[in-house]
Amino acid sequence: MGQGTSLRAYLLTRLALVIPMVLILLTIVFLLMRVAPGDPISASLGGHAPQAVINQIKHQLGFDKPLYVQYWNYLWGIVRGDFGTTISDHRPLTDIIKVNGAATLELTFFAMIIAVAVGVLVGLIAGRFRDTPLDVGGRLFGIVVYATPVFFLGLMGQLVFGVWLNWLPTADRASPITQATFTTHTNIFVLDAIIGDIIKHLILPATTLGLATAGIFIRLIRVNVIRTLRDDYIEAARARGITERSVVFHHAFKNALVPVITIVGLNMALLLGGAVLTETTFNWPGIGHALVQYLGNRDYTAVQGIIVVFALVVVAISVLIDFLNAYIDPRIRY
Amino acid sequence: MATWAHAGRERFLPAVGRALKPIREARGFARAMLWTGAAITLFFIVLALFASVISPYAFNQYQANGHRFPQLAAPSHSHLMGTTVQSSDVMARVIYGAQTELKVVLIALVMALAVGVPLGLLSGYYGGPLDRALVLVMDALFAFPYLLIAIVIAFLLSNSIGKGVLTAAIAITAAYVPLYFRVVRNHVISIREEPYVDAARALGARPRTVIRKYVFFNVVQNVPPIATLNAADAILLLAALGFLGYGIQPNDGAEWGYDINRAVSDASSGIWWTGLFPGLAIVLLVTGLTLLGEGLNETINPVLRRRRFGRIDFGPPTPTEAENL
Repeated sequence: MGQGTSLRAYLLTRLALVIPMVLILLTIVFLLMRVAPGDPISASLGGHAPQAVINQIKHQLGFDKPLYVQYWNYLWGIVRGDFGTTISDHRPLTDIIKVNGAATLELTFFAMIIAVAVGVLVGLIAGRFRDTPLDVGGRLFGIVVYATPVFFLGLMGQLVFGVWLNWLPTADRASPITQATFTTHTNIFVLDAIIGDIIKHLILPATTLGLATAGIFIRLIRVNVIRTLRDDYIEAARARGITERSVVFHHAFKNALVPVITIVGLNMALLLGGAVLTETTFNWPGIGHALVQYLGNRDYTAVQGIIVVFALVVVAISVLIDFLNAYIDPRIRY
Repeated sequence: MATWAHAGRERFLPAVGRALKPIREARGFARAMLWTGAAITLFFIVLALFASVISPYAFNQYQANGHRFPQLAAPSHSHLMGTTVQSSDVMARVIYGAQTELKVVLIALVMALAVGVPLGLLSGYYGGPLDRALVLVMDALFAFPYLLIAIVIAFLLSNSIGKGVLTAAIAITAAYVPLYFRVVRNHVISIREEPYVDAARALGARPRTVIRKYVFFNVVQNVPPIATLNAADAILLLAALGFLGYGIQPNDGAEWGYDINRAVSDASSGIWWTGLFPGLAIVLLVTGLTLLGEGLNETINPVLRRRRFGRIDFGPPTPTEAENL
């Protein structure tokens, strides 16, 4: 095996494995939302609607059909890219994905940049200077940052930089004036226009989410550096008389950073979870914000649709990471 | 009876001593982490157990001697951490919060272990189609943001059994079962092929006996560091559920995440004490548990462990040796 398999064969095998995973996730979501105790429709109407109204809406949404028919319709809908329409405000889920999803993408992208920058820097330093005060400081920083809930960090950021210093806005993606004067084509505001106001709105949420995620990166990168510095080829490089500086920078760090792609990928799920909390704290109109809002409305179809989107994103990211890794490291292709 | 007890202790004590040995041998940062973490955790356990004695007021008390507490009062002599918008004492809520967090997390971890460990043991030991199906499901769940799993479960349960301690605990359990399943199963698979397990099988031991006597204890050694780190994580998860409104309800107990949620609206008018203190409590407790877990991990896990190299004392040098020095 191994050598004989081409990159293409690997990619195809990996893609084939996606299907059962997606199917399982979709089935779990369906089972949870439909088979769980409690009647979704009457719950979403506040439990006070007359039976006739409930029945009519059930009929409209196909909730009166046998379960396997519902399941089939649900899967078929997703295949066609139709994730349903919310019960509470009749908004197509595809619209939520386009508008709110873009806001989440913007937030998580910049948060990831901050997380990787902080995580790599502190992790490399801590690992390189193992067991020195620098290492202890770096590790403690990582642990405390990890121990701080995103929403608490966000709250403190709002207090200090928003209320006391009055430097940064504490909520929304842009001030009302900006939102009224500019039109968005992509829903990703920073792509449409580099406006100070938009950047300012992004700083606090992205930094909060980024720092909260950096804790994990610090830990993993530190361990990686330590492991790499112990490798035989590092010893060999030292034995060849290469300066310690060069050994560390050219030989160790590069290899210690290869798994960062995997680490980033694995923590995308964590980042998405954190995004839900960050968006709620900063009133950032992303997909997590929408999820919390629809949860409050007990809107089952909206919640189900958003969870499905999250599931698909998670699977897509894991496949992407595997592809990248296979591209970089030929040993992985099996 | 006495001899039996004696024999039991004979067998038991060396085992405990052996298990604790790495902890005694821990040194440097690992040792500092271990003991600092243990101290912080213990501090919160004491707070939780004796909340009614330590706390100046009850968590939902808004008056004393017929006088209503002031609303949103800044920290002062009578209210060391200030009061909330509902006039309750922030310090009382922080102290009683320790009780809620530890209670829920303990229930959740016990449930997650009770489900995840046996599933992992059976799945890993027997293999076969059940194993493959479980692995597929658990891997799919594991890849999913666990906060979302917990939110969805809490949401669904809140519509049927209502919000509260049990709902929050089940939601957290659901989020962590895949983790324990994976850890235990993967470990069982590597242990299953060990010679001593083979030997037990060759001697005719039933699978039940093999799992119980040979596999279980070797696998379970990995659990304490994971469970401690997991408890830290579970506190954050519970706080997140509370922050989103799916955690403990205000009448059931004080919960830090819920308090921070309420504090968000105070922050815009510069009121910091309603959010700062519950938040610091979370940070401190999670830091303590993380230090404890990491410390355990570094002392128990042989890969990370750094032993103290004992000075070997050969006694005073003999005349010839002294000459060579």
